[in-house]
This record gives sequence, structure tokens and C-alpha cells, in this order.
Amino acid sequence: MPFFSIQRPIVDEIGSLTRFTLRFFREAFRPRYEFSELIHQCFVIGYKSLSLVGLTAFIMGLVLTMQLRPSMVRYGVEAQIPAMVGIAIVREIGPVITALIFAGKIGSSIGAELGSMRVTEQIDAMEVSGTNPFKFLVVTRTLAATLMLPVLVVLSDAISLYGSYLGVNIYEVLSFRLFYTQVIDNLAYYDAVPAFIKSYFFGFAVGIVGCFKGYYSNKGTEGVGRSANSAVVMASVFIFILDLLAVQVTDLLWEL
Amino acid sequence: MDTTEPVIVIKDLCKAFGSNVVLDHFNLNLYRGENLVVLGKSGSGKSVLIKCIIGLLRPDSGEIFVFGQNVPELSYAELDQMRARVGFLFQSNALYDSMTVRENLEFPLRRHWLHVEQKEVENLVAEVLESVGLAHTIDMMPAELSGGMRKRIALARTLILKPAIILYDEPTTGLDPITGMEIIDLIRDIQQQYKTSSLVISHDMKLVKRAAGRIVMLIDGKCHAQGAYSELKNSGDPKVRAFFD
Ligand SMILES: Nc1ncnc2c1ncn2[C@@H]1O[C@H](COP(=O)(O)OP(=O)(O)O)[C@@H](O)[C@H]1O
Ligand SMILES: [Mg+2]
Repeated sequence: MPFFSIQRPIVDEIGSLTRFTLRFFREAFRPRYEFSELIHQCFVIGYKSLSLVGLTAFIMGLVLTMQLRPSMVRYGVEAQIPAMVGIAIVREIGPVITALIFAGKIGSSIGAELGSMRVTEQIDAMEVSGTNPFKFLVVTRTLAATLMLPVLVVLSDAISLYGSYLGVNIYEVLSFRLFYTQVIDNLAYYDAVPAFIKSYFFGFAVGIVGCFKGYYSNKGTEGVGRSANSAVVMASVFIFILDLLAVQVTDLLWEL
Repeated sequence: MDTTEPVIVIKDLCKAFGSNVVLDHFNLNLYRGENLVVLGKSGSGKSVLIKCIIGLLRPDSGEIFVFGQNVPELSYAELDQMRARVGFLFQSNALYDSMTVRENLEFPLRRHWLHVEQKEVENLVAEVLESVGLAHTIDMMPAELSGGMRKRIALARTLILKPAIILYDEPTTGLDPITGMEIIDLIRDIQQQYKTSSLVISHDMKLVKRAAGRIVMLIDGKCHAQGAYSELKNSGDPKVRAFFD
């Protein structure tokens, strides 16, 4: 079997997703703007993921510190733990883990919500009620996801670092002030800014993929489940691909 | 009221999905104040027909005049204006399940009439809920309602804009026979009270017998036969007879 005929569905899918994304940009910048729905979605999306992101961030920080410790002790550099953990969390682990949790929580819920709205004709009903469903549902949710993920990432970084501080204090006494100074002194803009920017892209990927899968959901309740599931899978893969691109781009810019 | 004036005229409507030809030169007139039932078996393209009328689907060819305007040629803004005058009752009700009954009913009002006073909205919501006999459900969620109640709320949401035409997509499908009968009677009452013209698509012979003024039979994508219930019942055509036996 030739490669391209096996990969055909994937290529088709990428094509439709690209068209969907272009349509997003066309519709997002044209009136009428659905501001109140956007604010509502920002609140819903941010609030829904808050506790989960907080919990996982805390555990990540704590565990990372405890796992690193034996090797650091072996080389006699345990004093460098705050600096190392700080860089690891801010640059990579904070954005990526938060984005993956976000994909699991928000990507699937957008996929399922729009999917069931499609199947029960609610999207058609919006259209006949003088509303452009693409603007009202897709644009608002995608924008809300794009805007909220960076906020969650900052929060998650802070909570992870606090978890790491507690992790250090299991073995030795270190004041929070000293821990904080050690983390901040070793962080440059070069660490924080690209990580912050890439989380916008992660948020956008989660939002647009969730909407895409839901908006074109197949008939039947099983189609809704499939939309939710494949939204998470696809968004997670995109997060890793974007992460790969982000590191290349930052590296290039740093060289300049 | 002039009952010889057509409000919807469909000429040679064709619609196919790939090689699946659903509507094949279909013709139909709906006159003002009339209760017309389009009868066809499941999968015959009834939903496709009324989705073309309201502009949710684009026909491949043919003309659909609603109040004299050809739907496939309308701009977005014109389409919205037309949709404010033509109600659509979805087969699956399509109530927004994240909203309360009140918010569901307010939605088309607030979206179609951009500047509308709160007081007027409340009055209209109360009025349509009264018409369908469900005033007490105003703060409930759709999930808390029974199938028949959901159908009534969906009908109330359609009525709130006081449409001149209502399109019903299988209003009794999925309901038990008694509830179905209540919905049929409600449709007739609404028709009298709001003076609408109705286009009902269905395969429910009880509905056809009780509510239809005129019947159009959609068979093989065409308008196969039309007439009153008693005329069609005695027809010699086997395809028509199949519905009545
Ligand atoms: N969006 C669509 N894409 C492809 N085929 C469709 C679509 N909508 C309806 N069809 C096909 O059109 C035919 C008629 O469907 P429909 O109008 O829903 O039947 P019914 O008379 O039961 O309402 C069916 O064969 C269905 O598969
Ligand atoms: Mg149907």
C-alpha cells in the first residue's frame, strides 16, 4: 500500500483544519463582535481548569525537586536546586504540562459541547435565530482559550515553585526569601518571555482543535464522544509540535 | 385574509449529496393561513427540504420564494430578516441545554431585535409560555423537562418572534401517542391564535389526519401526489396507498 493513500485521511483532516483556522481569522476580525460571550467564556474556561492546574503544578514542583535531589547531592551542588528547578519549570515544564492538562480539560469539554450542539441541531437553531454560530461559539471559545492559558501558566509556575520550595525544605531549612532570590537571579527574560509567548499558541491550538472537532461532529451520540476524545489527542500532539518549533525559533533569535 | 396568495413557492428544487439525489425537481406552494403537511417516509428528504427553505442548506438548483424573495440569492442580512418572520421547529427541539427556559426564549428576541426593552422581553416570554401552557417552567433547565414539555418550549421559542410562517420538522416523532396528540392540538390552536401559515413535515398518519388541510406526498424526491386526506386515502396509486394501510 503506498504511503500517501494510507495517510490520506490525515492529510484531509489537516486540510479541513487549515480551512477552519483561516475561517476563524476571517470571522474574528469582522463585526459583529460577541464581547459578552467572550468574557463569559474566559471566565468559564479559566475557572474550570483552575483547581486541576493548581494541583498538578504543585505536585510537579514538589516531585521534580525531590527527584533531582539525589543526583545533585552526589555532585555536591544541592545549593543549585532552586536555580535548576526554576529554569526547568519556567521554560518548559510549566507551559507544557499546563497546556496538556488544559487540553484534557478544556479541549475535550469544548469538543463535547459543540459536538452535542451540532448533533441536537442547536448550532442550526442559533443560525436561524439571527446569530452566526461560528462567531458566537468558535471565535469566542478559541479566543478565550488563547487568552486564558498564559494566565494559567503564570499561576502554575508560581504554584510549582512553591511546591519546589516545600520539597527543598523536607531535607534542609531554606528561607522562602533565599529560595526566591536564587530562582529569580538565575532567570533571564530569555527564559520567561518565550515561554509566555508560546503558551498563547498552545492555548490557541487547544481552542481551535476543540472547536473544529466539535463543530464537524458526526451524527449520533457516539460521534460526540469521538469528537471529545480526538480533540484531546490532536491538541496534545500539536502542543508538542509547537513546543518543538518554539525551541528552534527561540534558539535562532538568541543567536542573532 | 387572502388565502389564495402563496407565501412560499418552490420551483424545481434539486438537491443531491454526492451521488445521493434527495430532491429532484420538487415543486410546492404554501398559501397564506394554510396548514400543509408534506408526507414522506423516513430518509426521503423532508428535513433537507425545509432546511433549504430556511437557508440552512443550499439547493443545487431551483428557486424558493419566501414572501416573494428567492432564498438562495439572499445576502446574510436579508436572510436574517427573512428568518425573523419564518419560525422553525427542529425535530430534536434544539433547546440550548446550557441555558434556562427563560434564556432560551429570550435568545431569538435579543439576537434578532438588537434594541428591545427588558419589560417587553419579559412580557413576550410570559405570553408565549402561557400559549403553550408551561408558565411554571420559566426558570428550569431543558434537561429537567419531559419530551413533550421540551417540544412545547421549542414551539414557544419559535412563536416568540410572532412568525408569519412556521416550519415544523416532524413535531410528533419521538413522543408517545398521547403527548403527540396534545402537540398536534397545540399546533392547531397556535395556528388559529397567531394566524400563521404552517408547513409540517411528517410521516405520522395521525397528525396528517387530524391537522392537515392539504397534503403533499414527497416520494422519490418529487411531489408525487397532493390533495386532501380523503382524496389521497382513496387513491389507486400503490405508492400513495402504502401510507394509508
Ligand atoms: N448534511 C448532509 N450530508 C449528506 N447527506 C445528507 C445530509 N443531510 C441529509 N442527508 C441525506 O439526505 C437524505 C434525506 O435526509 P432527511 O431529509 O434528513 O430525511 P427525512 O425525510 O427523514 O427528514 C438521507 O439519505 C440523508 O442521508
Ligand atoms: Mg428529518
